[in-house]
Amino acid sequence: MSSILIVPIGKISNSHLHLLKAPLEATFGLTVTLNAERALDPVFAFEPSRNQYYSTQLIKHLLRLYPSFPGKILGVTAYDLYIPVLTYVFGEAQLNGAVAVVSSYRLDNTYYGLPLDAALLEERLIKETVHELGHTFGLLHCHDYECVMHSSTAVEDIDVKGERICGVCSTLLAKNKQG
Amino acid sequence: MTETQQPAPAILVVDDEFVVRDSLSKWFREDGYRVGTAEDGNQALKLMSSGPWDIILLDIKMPGISGLDLQKRLVEIDKDAVIIMITAFASVESAVQALKEGAFDYVTKPVDPDHLSHLVQNALRQKRLNDENLRLRHHISTLTVSDELVGDSPPVKKVTELAKTVAMTDTTVMIRGESGTGKELIARTIHVHSTRRFFPIIAVNCGAVPESLLESELFGHERGAFTGAQHRRKGKFEMADGGTIFLDEVGTIGSKMQVQLLRVLESKQFTRVGGNETIRSDFRVICATNRDLEQAVKEGIFREDLYYRLNVFTIFVPPLRERRSDIPVLANYFVKKYAAAMNKPVTEIAPGTLDLLVRYPWPGNVRELENVIERAMVLAKPPSIVQTDLPFQLADSKSHPSKDTLSALECHHIETILHRTGWNIARSADILDIDRATLYNKIAKYGLKKP
Repeated sequence: MSSILIVPIGKISNSHLHLLKAPLEATFGLTVTLNAERALDPVFAFEPSRNQYYSTQLIKHLLRLYPSFPGKILGVTAYDLYIPVLTYVFGEAQLNGAVAVVSSYRLDNTYYGLPLDAALLEERLIKETVHELGHTFGLLHCHDYECVMHSSTAVEDIDVKGERICGVCSTLLAKNKQG
Repeated sequence: MTETQQPAPAILVVDDEFVVRDSLSKWFREDGYRVGTAEDGNQALKLMSSGPWDIILLDIKMPGISGLDLQKRLVEIDKDAVIIMITAFASVESAVQALKEGAFDYVTKPVDPDHLSHLVQNALRQKRLNDENLRLRHHISTLTVSDELVGDSPPVKKVTELAKTVAMTDTTVMIRGESGTGKELIARTIHVHSTRRFFPIIAVNCGAVPESLLESELFGHERGAFTGAQHRRKGKFEMADGGTIFLDEVGTIGSKMQVQLLRVLESKQFTRVGGNETIRSDFRVICATNRDLEQAVKEGIFREDLYYRLNVFTIFVPPLRERRSDIPVLANYFVKKYAAAMNKPVTEIAPGTLDLLVRYPWPGNVRELENVIERAMVLAKPPSIVQTDLPFQLADSKSHPSKDTLSALECHHIETILHRTGWNIARSADILDIDRATLYNKIAKYGLKKP
């Protein structure tokens, strides 16, 4: 029986990890396990010149840590992520693969000089987590701006879209889960 | 969704760094694009065959062929591809060079994902508009192929050929010919075969506009320039910007306007009547006249300098009587045209009636022929036009020349000899001491008919 394993990367609040369980189970219909005790130390992925963590290396490392995990692995971090050609990423996933990572760093209003909005941060984190895991199930970016699979490269885009996947993507998800 | 029905846009990433190719291709695949990657110029050139690529992301600094050289070569292969340069901070100068060479934009590594996402979307929108524009232009080209001179006689072929040849240049063309020979049609033929065809052709009948109004007609006027000028109005020269202005009956223009016209033709600049603003317009001039301009120049009615300015490339349109072999073709062309317009099943002209048309001298040329056919189509009982459908003077006309002329004598003599030989052409030609072809021509010319 496949499931989803949540792995914390570096220091991250437990409440953030716990809040993901219910929406992920609801969206993907799989059991979600939390590996809160065994947080991954991401020092190997740190790039001092950018003060950021290389998300592709985190994905590779998670794959090595759980080579035969029968399901999807989700790394969640509060650190800033990047891939070399881009200035930042909210997360990264293996399309049709096993691993996705998500960062809450740029989902936090305080990053943009605004007062903390804990509820908004949680909402954004849920959306981005569902979005990246969606890619591991083979979902591409959706043209429906309310669908959680709609592409978002800025927090404003995340706030516009909903937490759910649209009908078209749901059908595709069901098909991909079977196949 | 309509988007899903279109083929996925294709992006080619050319960069020597694996991580860049890898991460960008993953990133674009998640967006639903078809992605190709190449690590150097040679591979990119090879991949062009598996295109077309809508967008090419091109690293400026690569070993081997540089990004800038590659850009030129890629554009040679596919001039429609949108190229976005990727550069490090150090090479912003070469990015500027790339923009001068026609790149859509450039990004510096690392690039803000929000910026890249919007840039690619804008590039795609631009590409779609370009593609659509090309399709529409092609469509217009096929739609605007205007009526050309109908007929396949050598003079018509020559005129059409000349018109198409001169069309590709920006040379001023003067079309000479009698009234009704189709001078405007030639002007339109030149326009639709020129690179200006996507812009308007503005026709001005200089003879039909009173001299006092011609100035404002051609150059436009400002509000209040004269009594009744309540609004600013664009002139024909301004409206023809990018296209062609066709000045019909240019020989009728008065001396004051001739001076102004000369100035505009030379400077392509003018001011509206009552205005101070200098207006520039890029137009090509085609003019037409049925007057003897050379004589008018001699008499001082037409300015010599304007004559030379206009008389750069002349096309003579032959009168209909000099290309009689086209009359049946033209007549049938008009029958078809009016049958469709009137929704009347008249399909032909009775043979005897056609002979009559061929023999008539057509002083009003093709325009007269068209009017005669239109009139006949109104009267005709399907399926054919007969002699009684033609206007009275035409049905009555004998094309025999008037009695006292030398032609009349020749016509009468040929008719007599033909009668004597029982219309034996060879013998008649012998007697007349002319060759048979000449005899045939004369029979046609005088409209002689075997009894």
